Amino acid sequence: MTLTIDHLDCSLGKRRILHDVSGLSASPGEITALIGPNGSGKSTLLKAIAGIEAASGRIRLGERQLDALSLEQRSQCLYYLLQDTSTQAALSVFEAVLLSRRTQVAEPAATALSAVERALTSLELDPLAERELVTLSGGQRQRVAIAQAIVRKPKLLMLDEPTSALDLHHQLQVLDYLRRLARREGIVIVLAIHDLNLAARFADHLWVVKEGRHIVSGMPEQVLTPERLRDIYAIEAHVEWPIDAPPRVIPLSALHRLGD
Amino acid sequence: MKATTRLSHTAKPESTAVRYLARQRRQRRLIALAALAVLISLLVDVATGPGAYALPDVLKALVAPSEVSRILEIVVWEIRLPVALMAIIVGASLAVAGAEMQTLLDNPLADPFTLGISSAASFGAALAIVLDFGLLPVAGTLLLTGNAFLLAMFASLAIWALSRLRGVSIQTMVLMGIAIMFFFNALLGILQYVASAESLQQLMFWSLGSLDKASWGKLGLAGLALMITMPAFIRARSQLTALRLGDVQAKAMGIDVGRLRLRMLLCCALLSATAVAFVGTIGFVGLVGPHIARLLVGEDQRVFLPMSALTGALILSLTSILSKTLIPGILLPIGLLTALIGLPFFVSLILRSRRETWR
Repeated sequence: MTLTIDHLDCSLGKRRILHDVSGLSASPGEITALIGPNGSGKSTLLKAIAGIEAASGRIRLGERQLDALSLEQRSQCLYYLLQDTSTQAALSVFEAVLLSRRTQVAEPAATALSAVERALTSLELDPLAERELVTLSGGQRQRVAIAQAIVRKPKLLMLDEPTSALDLHHQLQVLDYLRRLARREGIVIVLAIHDLNLAARFADHLWVVKEGRHIVSGMPEQVLTPERLRDIYAIEAHVEWPIDAPPRVIPLSALHRLGD
Repeated sequence: MKATTRLSHTAKPESTAVRYLARQRRQRRLIALAALAVLISLLVDVATGPGAYALPDVLKALVAPSEVSRILEIVVWEIRLPVALMAIIVGASLAVAGAEMQTLLDNPLADPFTLGISSAASFGAALAIVLDFGLLPVAGTLLLTGNAFLLAMFASLAIWALSRLRGVSIQTMVLMGIAIMFFFNALLGILQYVASAESLQQLMFWSLGSLDKASWGKLGLAGLALMITMPAFIRARSQLTALRLGDVQAKAMGIDVGRLRLRMLLCCALLSATAVAFVGTIGFVGLVGPHIARLLVGEDQRVFLPMSALTGALILSLTSILSKTLIPGILLPIGLLTALIGLPFFVSLILRSRRETWR
């Protein structure tokens, strides 16, 4: 079930955020990383696909024409996980994951409970099931948020900077989990991410947006070149693709220095 | 994958669902206990008052009115029971309205008072008391009640409508509520300034809150507001709980947050307007009732909603008893006492709880 996007426009108030974003596609079983500078419209693009921001254009997921569906209908087949998972809600981990399921389907309690149980187990959240959300660390909360996503069995899962609040261990753990999830369930995963080394290592495909426009997309080794990085981020960078080690993007300097 | 601890599928012997069901049973037991406490409080409330009737006699009057004296029957059925039930219905209404306002506006301080709904109702009452002016073509005590209700609804609808102009941001709604509170307080101040000493006293008495004008008719109307709004809250229970995860996450779960917020705020408006119109401005219950419920059972609306209703009902019912017994022979205004009875319990819960939510 491939995700394709064409002629997507989105404005927030009078400000136009996305300009005719076209030619994007993401395949099932793969991780697509969405990269681009701050304020380039990454979050807006993901929210527009989810129906959280109003947009015009064509968004298809397999046979489904998402742009013709309401927010509620889209939420049946896709899920958007925002960057900030902090909450002050007085809910236990189990209640929070069950809630996600209940907002999606009406089903017998036993079915819902066993779905929640499976989601918690797959993210090793069993020992935390009764803990309240506010007592969790950032990494634990992120795992709960992912459990809230997978309990809905989405065909398309979008994550907005899922690793930005995590330490190195948890960054690798979460991305590794997502990649195996994509492969195993055959779902489309799109994640917005700033860390190009993580993107190069875990993504099968990259989308690059800048100033609300689709600049380029392709395999990481096609996209992450010093020339492109200069265009996209206005930086000098060194890129290595060793055969027996993960790719390395080494930023050297910004082309524009503050105060010059 | 050297640095990565792989998350794997390992089954735990004790199932999380079993533990969740145990938690749910604990929550339901607490709700049942609260319901029992409300019932006991109701009976004690009916048994308390001038004219020392023993509890067994009062209970007999409740179950078999024909077997007790005509006077006792009238005291119980016409005077005390409507008042005692009104305490429970109004307490529940205020607490439910407060609980949902706090949820909808993501603000621990939201309640009918902080959003200006009570101020609007007070101004409506002042119009009737000071100027003898009615917004509805009715007379007598209904003039005051009608005014208070209409203005409370007006205040809520104003927040609702003004917020629509700039998108439905919760900060906008709270700011509008505070602006409306100041606006009506100013209007009320003008009326108080020009009022005669007698109407000023009457206004003061009304604003302190009182249950003793309760009648079966008013009780029916107050109960009706609760009966109309509760099913709406119950239907939206999962969506309301999801709002606590933040607007964007709720939207990602497929919830039309703007529409939900507007619809549910109308229900809150109806509840608080009715409560304030019938018994005057009774503070604290709408604010603290939900916080106590949250501390006891958490914020899953399946348990939070009934627990809030019961906590509010219990606070006001106990207050009603206290208002009759604190100084024998004198009926104290109930609005004065809600804080006195609720505060010690609330503070002890906060101190005992190590939770870090805004409870």
